[in-house]
Amino acid sequence: MNREEEIKEIPKEQFEPAPIDHEGAERLEKPQLSFMKDAWLRVRKNKAAIVSLIILALVVLMAIIGPHLSGHDGYAQDVSKSNLPPRVPVLENMGIFDGTQKIGGEEVNKYEQMNIEEYYWFGTDSLGRDLFTRVWLGTRVSLYIAVLAAAIDMLVGVIYGLVSGFKGGRTDNVMQRILEVISGIPNLIVVILMLLILKPGIMSITIAMVITGWIGMARVVRGQVLKLKDQEYILASRTLGAKNNRLLFKHLLPNLSGVIIINTMFTIPSAIFFEAFLSFIGIGLQAPAASLGTLIEDGYKTFQFLPHLMIIPCILICVILIVCNLIGDGLRDAFDPKMRD
Amino acid sequence: MAKYITKRIIYLIITLFIIASVTFFLMKFLPGTPFSNEERLTIEQREILNAKYGLDQPIPVQYMNYMVNIVKGDLGVSFQFENQPVMDLLMNRMGPSLQLGVQAMIIGTIIGVALGVLAAMFQNTWIDYGSTFLAILGKSIPSFVLAALLQYYIGVKLELLPVASWNSFSSSILPTIALACFPIATAARFMRTELIEVFGSDYITLAKAKGNSRGEVAVKHAIRNALIPLITVLGPMAVGLMTGSMVVEKVFAVPGIGEQFVKSIMTNDFPIIMGTTLFFAFLLTVIILIIDILYGIIDPRIRLNGGDK
Repeated sequence: MNREEEIKEIPKEQFEPAPIDHEGAERLEKPQLSFMKDAWLRVRKNKAAIVSLIILALVVLMAIIGPHLSGHDGYAQDVSKSNLPPRVPVLENMGIFDGTQKIGGEEVNKYEQMNIEEYYWFGTDSLGRDLFTRVWLGTRVSLYIAVLAAAIDMLVGVIYGLVSGFKGGRTDNVMQRILEVISGIPNLIVVILMLLILKPGIMSITIAMVITGWIGMARVVRGQVLKLKDQEYILASRTLGAKNNRLLFKHLLPNLSGVIIINTMFTIPSAIFFEAFLSFIGIGLQAPAASLGTLIEDGYKTFQFLPHLMIIPCILICVILIVCNLIGDGLRDAFDPKMRD
Repeated sequence: MAKYITKRIIYLIITLFIIASVTFFLMKFLPGTPFSNEERLTIEQREILNAKYGLDQPIPVQYMNYMVNIVKGDLGVSFQFENQPVMDLLMNRMGPSLQLGVQAMIIGTIIGVALGVLAAMFQNTWIDYGSTFLAILGKSIPSFVLAALLQYYIGVKLELLPVASWNSFSSSILPTIALACFPIATAARFMRTELIEVFGSDYITLAKAKGNSRGEVAVKHAIRNALIPLITVLGPMAVGLMTGSMVVEKVFAVPGIGEQFVKSIMTNDFPIIMGTTLFFAFLLTVIILIIDILYGIIDPRIRLNGGDK
């Protein structure tokens, strides 16, 4: 059937003349969307980002309540219950996570041998501490460091970028030269050197990461400010007598929020990675504090015999990093479809 | 171009000078001394040691000596390994690190580009989704986690490849895979975006209109143009490889620079820490400079007005 026949088949009654109504034609059918609502609508279509968001929310929730769920203390040491494999109530009847492990090729159940009634869902480490509690305590610390570092990066970077871009001229020139020199220093080296002199701890790790972390944000914000500040709406506002403060906070900042959010969302996973990396090479958090990095490092020492001590925190850190990256990708596509890398 | 290169080299020298100074002063503030079991040393013995390594001189003098020596390429002697010059130690350990780095870079770029090309040619099919998923995995999973898991499952459980030894090519396979993950992800993501953009350009439409097949258009016209900007991601890749090399070398006990660096941090071996830091910084800044200059030569479209892109 060709197209003409198809068109002929539509009965005439179905057509009606369009109303000649100029006002009606101008009316907007859909409600006007704010910037954020528009972005949210687009993020919502991205299934991977939404699933990631839910998983991340679960991880955050578990980081808050997880350490209290199993009833075991994350710091209390009990050598009589050390190195237990995972054992979970219902699953043990199905033959998995029933507390058995292979020692020298023989399958043994340490729980039965030592008459331990409690269930350690993720097992225990070499000092008899409950891994389940420690994993979520570690997640809490890792997330805390990451969010703190990202927030400080954002603050410093946005202010630096705004001032540099908005002031322009000589200020901009000097600030950019400083930035160029700092950005030439590999951040890995700065972080390691800083941690060697600062006492290892949550604050010092955060500070060490922030020292070079804000540069990316400052560059992006400056670039955007340079682009935006010559646009007509800024000129209009200035003509109407708006002061610099008003221009910055009322007009520029809201238009920058997209790039700021995207950048921050990518800082978080890289901060989690860096913290774990530093802990793994031995200059991160010190015992008894736990982060995902220190747990992996501890587990790595005995992974040939007790793989669960390493594998569980490894899985968790991978999940967190993957969902953070997926959310970041989703946000980037939503805020600025042109900015895909 | 000459002006741009001169300017970049001046920046490079300033950056390196700052790194060298900062490293020196940080090391001076470090708690602990490099002489292990120092409590057992008598004051006289400690003085002899300090004099031997020049630690008894005032700090400005030490700083001057340090700077002059660096320019000469002398990074001092290790405290830990009997009087070996740091430069020699670094050079001895250069081989394995370089081998791993180059292998990972080559494999990573080839697989990454292939994945990216496939994803772009079959956009929005399962091939695309699969490749994108792989790229996300590669970007997200930390190299040390991957290294440890590979070591456990492939090395210890399946006993397919050697772990924690360094004597043949087969012992470099696992560390290379662990390192190559990041370059694969970076190259794949970059190629996909770049190619999709190229596929939308006019000259591709023209090439198609002339009757070329899909494959011909992709190979002869699109990929060639998309490969040029790939040079820009080589810099971040090198940084990632260097970070990764430390932990991967630690996991697989590769006798490379990264492994030694991690060890020196543990033993407070200042000269090695300072030397390796400077060496890494020098290598990275020079690599990035070369990449920027290369890009300017290969693709004259980009402006070389001041380094701000």
